[in-house]
Amino acid sequence: MIYQGKQKIWSDYQKEIPDDHWFYVRSCIRQNFFPASEAHFVKIVKDVLGKDLYETEHHTTCGGIAYHSDTIPQETAMTIVARQFALMTEAGYKNLVASCITSFGNYTEILETWREFPELEVRIRENLWKACRREFEKPEYVCHASDVIYKLRNEIAEKATVRLVNHETGEPLRVVEHIGCHYSKMFPHKGVGGAEYPCVLSGMVESWGGKVIDYPERRHCCGFGFRQYLVKANRGYSVSNTHKKFESMEPYHPDMIITNCPGCPYFLDRWQYVIAEQTGKTYGQNGYGIPALTYEELAGLVLGYDPWDLGLQVHQVASEPLLDKLGIAYDPAKKYLGLNEKEIMKPGLPQVLKCC
Amino acid sequence: MDFGFSLSPSSAVNLDTVDLSLFRKVEARCPDIRTCIGCGSCSATCMASAWSGMSVRQVILALQRGQLRQVEQKLSACMLCGKCTMVCPRGINTRNLILAVSREFKKEEAQ
Ligand code: SF4
Ligand code: SF4
Repeated sequence: MIYQGKQKIWSDYQKEIPDDHWFYVRSCIRQNFFPASEAHFVKIVKDVLGKDLYETEHHTTCGGIAYHSDTIPQETAMTIVARQFALMTEAGYKNLVASCITSFGNYTEILETWREFPELEVRIRENLWKACRREFEKPEYVCHASDVIYKLRNEIAEKATVRLVNHETGEPLRVVEHIGCHYSKMFPHKGVGGAEYPCVLSGMVESWGGKVIDYPERRHCCGFGFRQYLVKANRGYSVSNTHKKFESMEPYHPDMIITNCPGCPYFLDRWQYVIAEQTGKTYGQNGYGIPALTYEELAGLVLGYDPWDLGLQVHQVASEPLLDKLGIAYDPAKKYLGLNEKEIMKPGLPQVLKCC
Repeated sequence: MDFGFSLSPSSAVNLDTVDLSLFRKVEARCPDIRTCIGCGSCSATCMASAWSGMSVRQVILALQRGQLRQVEQKLSACMLCGKCTMVCPRGINTRNLILAVSREFKKEEAQ
């Protein structure tokens, strides 16, 4: 194929991501799972790269988890989302950035539904007005926060103090990327690279010096699947999905996993403990697991933030082997000290999965 | 530790580790099996397919995946009418292929 032809085809898989002026909406579950990720996203984008990112304390959940768990109808989720749009409009912004993949999928699905059924949009506008006397304009761009980091990846690479390279061998780190299903499987044209070649995370890894590892179940679900996990009796489905992915990636010896969805790093991280307890098997080196990091945590690491400030101590899988590979200094004594140097309590150690 | 839920067996097929011995034996008798494109014309034509699930395409796939139980179960419904052979766009003698698989099963049973 001629080069220009390839370029043209690839351009169809690109997504327009605004350069600046974003209205940021946080995630309800990410703040609990990986508490420092969003704080560092804000720090990196605003303080390190000097961009305009606005957030408001009046923002609430988007209702996405409840909607996908069949506990609220879509119209309720739509009215909640309409309120977020109203907050954005009142603040004078047009580019919405969602921290959560489920929110991103929810916002995108709602906008697409309104495009197909304009009468529904009218009804939701009425609902919103009756509920809280607010009006809104629809965002010009809806991005996921990983799109923003992808867009800024080279600026981050210029300021990086750490490269994704094994500092002992000089070899690039072997990184597995996992895109959340709601990022580009629902609306492929809304994700960088579409559903076939999503490169939002692999682009970051490559520009920060790592090597992306392909493996057969790369595009398989992380296992969250909402009802698969939320109903305890169904959790076997969830952990079996995750198990399938680990069995598939194991022969390729990844050093770490990078993810962009709240559920993915959580399940790829925590289920390693459950799988180890149930089968006696661990997937990292020397009895450890494979660290699963969010893209903000990885961006924070390459920019030289302290691993404990990035919240790596709240992961189930120990991150120390990864930090050692990268040559990042850390103080083990400070692992369970919070920002105010107070003990945040030590977890009990698992029986099989080795943790530091 | 009992979590109240457990892992289900995986349906993943690892082509590096599956048992291909039957496929190789059938391939020796019927080398044209290698040219199947999985189009499913054979299954669409098969009169036994609707009521029994017989499908030459699925038999070939199961052979390639080492899923021997499925092969045996499907073949038992074949009437050897040969309609599938008439429609195969690759000219595979599917009837001969079915016989070849059956002969291999027979040989194994006799041993
Ligand atoms: S020979 Fe068997 S598989 Fe082929 S069409 Fe006839 S019954 Fe179906
Ligand atoms: S018709 Fe021929 S090529 Fe098509 S699936 Fe059947 S055996 Fe294969």
